[in-house]
Amino acid sequence: MTALVIRGGHLIDPAAGVDGLKDILLKDGRVAEIAAPGKLKQANGAEVLDATGLMVAPGLIDMHVHLREPGQGYKETIASGTAAAAAGGFTAVAAMPNTVPVNDSAEITRWMLAPERGAAIRVFPIAAATRGSKGEAINDYAALKSAGAVAVTDDGHPILKDNIMRETLAAAARVGLTVIQHAEDTRLTQGASMNLGPMSFKLGLRGMPAEAESGMVERDIRLVTELRDARAHLHVAHTSTAAALAAVRQARRSGLRVTCEVAPHHFLLTDEHVGFYNTHYKMNPPLRSAADRDAMIEGILDGVVDAIATDHAPHAVHEKEVEFENAPNGITGLETALGLSLRWLHKEWKMPLGRVLSLLSAQPAALLGLKGRGTLTVGSFADVVVFDPKAEWTYRARETKSKSRNTPFDGWAMQGKVHWTISEGKVAYTGKVS
Amino acid sequence: MISHAAPTRRPIHPPPVDASPFPYHPGSLLSASDLSLEDVSHLLVRATALENQDPLVRDRILAKRRVALLFYESSTRTRTSFELAAKGLGADTTLVSSLSSSIEKGESLKDTGLTLRALGAEAIILRHNSSGAPWLLEAETRLPVLNAGDGMHEHPTQALLDLRTILAHLRPGVDTVNADTLAGVTLTIVGDILHSRVARSNMLLLPRLGARVLLCGPRELLPELAAKAGPGIAIERDFDAALRQSQAVMMLRIQAERLAGLQLDLEQYKAAFQLTGPRLAAQAPTAIVLHPGPIIRGLEITAGVADGPQSVILEQVKNGVAIRMAVVERALTATGTGGRA
Repeated sequence: MTALVIRGGHLIDPAAGVDGLKDILLKDGRVAEIAAPGKLKQANGAEVLDATGLMVAPGLIDMHVHLREPGQGYKETIASGTAAAAAGGFTAVAAMPNTVPVNDSAEITRWMLAPERGAAIRVFPIAAATRGSKGEAINDYAALKSAGAVAVTDDGHPILKDNIMRETLAAAARVGLTVIQHAEDTRLTQGASMNLGPMSFKLGLRGMPAEAESGMVERDIRLVTELRDARAHLHVAHTSTAAALAAVRQARRSGLRVTCEVAPHHFLLTDEHVGFYNTHYKMNPPLRSAADRDAMIEGILDGVVDAIATDHAPHAVHEKEVEFENAPNGITGLETALGLSLRWLHKEWKMPLGRVLSLLSAQPAALLGLKGRGTLTVGSFADVVVFDPKAEWTYRARETKSKSRNTPFDGWAMQGKVHWTISEGKVAYTGKVS
Repeated sequence: MISHAAPTRRPIHPPPVDASPFPYHPGSLLSASDLSLEDVSHLLVRATALENQDPLVRDRILAKRRVALLFYESSTRTRTSFELAAKGLGADTTLVSSLSSSIEKGESLKDTGLTLRALGAEAIILRHNSSGAPWLLEAETRLPVLNAGDGMHEHPTQALLDLRTILAHLRPGVDTVNADTLAGVTLTIVGDILHSRVARSNMLLLPRLGARVLLCGPRELLPELAAKAGPGIAIERDFDAALRQSQAVMMLRIQAERLAGLQLDLEQYKAAFQLTGPRLAAQAPTAIVLHPGPIIRGLEITAGVADGPQSVILEQVKNGVAIRMAVVERALTATGTGGRA
């Protein structure tokens, strides 16, 4: 079987507490051996990647992406989306169920996982919480889990009814699945296309109040409290408001299983960026106020945020080249998450590299229960990213591996260049290194 | 690794907001804030000069140049005055409206704009029901685009013609402006501020000339955030108190088409915010009364006030032609590298 040695690199594996020069042997899709430089015992005949001067880390895991298959292959396919993911250093992505049709069945889940899809890295489907994501009838979570689903959500169509959400949390807890909620009280956001604030007034656009998010998070936390004995796990997707984050912080203090993720655009950008109606700044949740953005940064730095997730949401060029109000929500993010996180969280805001990487690998792996991923101990899956943490480069959307290029980060400075992404022992991406 | 400590404030230097690439074309007028006070002065001077010029001479300024009017919403004043303005300078105009064009068949704004450009349009005057649409049209066509009203956002030529009207009454003889020209002047804008592009353009323009803009209306139509839209803007919900401070008062129509389910008690509204003869006589007997139209007599304004001696509503309409001649002339003759003034 194939064997691969990564030699001379600096292995950083926060979950295992490893941070030093190591050689690593990958064999049969697993980590076979880790040793001081030059000391591997079983490396004979293995192909060698020279990682001198580079960081070797567990492959990144994005727990919130939209791969658009089945049904919207013109925006993205599982093949193109995972190619973009590999280019961004990811070795696993969790795919949201708002496909066409909605992934609310074991059959669709299995279709997504079939080898014919041509995934470059591992895909973990997240199944719809309710039939057709209509918020009415709970799906069969046991069947979805055995087909490969790692969590349930009605992402984009938040579950408004208290009784349905309670039932969802309870049923998911029974089979050990996490419930991910896109927290938005859609009764408060009708016709809105950006954050409600001075900027939305000035631009003449209807705004989504922060309370539409925080109110839903608070409601969900109340339900988790009621289900405390059932150990229900609520994960708040793409948290964007200070109030929602405060609610998560409070819930955790009370010992509840409430976790959250933040997307790079929500810790970097604000509604001021919408100023010229560029639809690449339109997503849901929308870019919020500077105070909200600052709260996301604080939450990441102080540890209340559990994961960085991109909410990679590809849309075709013609769909975004329209009036702001008419444009679909979402931006791509898989190729820019590491570069932006290192450029801003690590370099600018001095977050230790290991903690940044943990938010992008070990922590999302734990949240989704992905055993043997997010770490590089012997026996773990051979999911590895090898990157130059010092390299600065400029992101060019036209060079994307995704089918879409709806990103606000075109032309932005990035830090940390991916040299190789290795998925279960196979090189899934080789970076152009100048 | 998880900390439950309360957040500690530390200095955060986030990435900067992009500078505007707009307007791409120096002849474009997308927002009242695109114009420097020098630009405003130039337009005011040209409006007067063009208005006074022999029509047969004026006719040669843009002889046979092509101007397209692209209207996604109905309009009487704005459309007609833009059309008369362009024709008054000798330009050929064509009107494309959403109800009698391929827009009905689903053609996008981008494709409509590119089609007009291919047909030889050298400038596009756009009215659109979606805020920000002129920015899209300009980015895609790179033609001079004149914003004739975009959704709830802006209506910059209306602010210019309102300025011309206000100057004629409160600063007679003044046709170049600076940061103090309207010092001491308070304009109260009353009514449906939330949905008004006229209010937004005036709020952006007039304070830069030293005016104070007071906003007056019920909370449903005038959110507190409106006062944060720019400097020189304040909210006064008591109509009488606002009137007492005002040299000019601008009444707005309730935009039923944009209320989006909002319920308003019209009798209550009228009691609080209708401009009546007795109210005007008691609180602001010398103020001028403006209204961008269309007026709904008996709702925001009584017929007596609309037709009364303090009303300058028809002067506004007349000024619209002069201002739009200057703006259309600028669109087709402006040179330079573009960019925000």
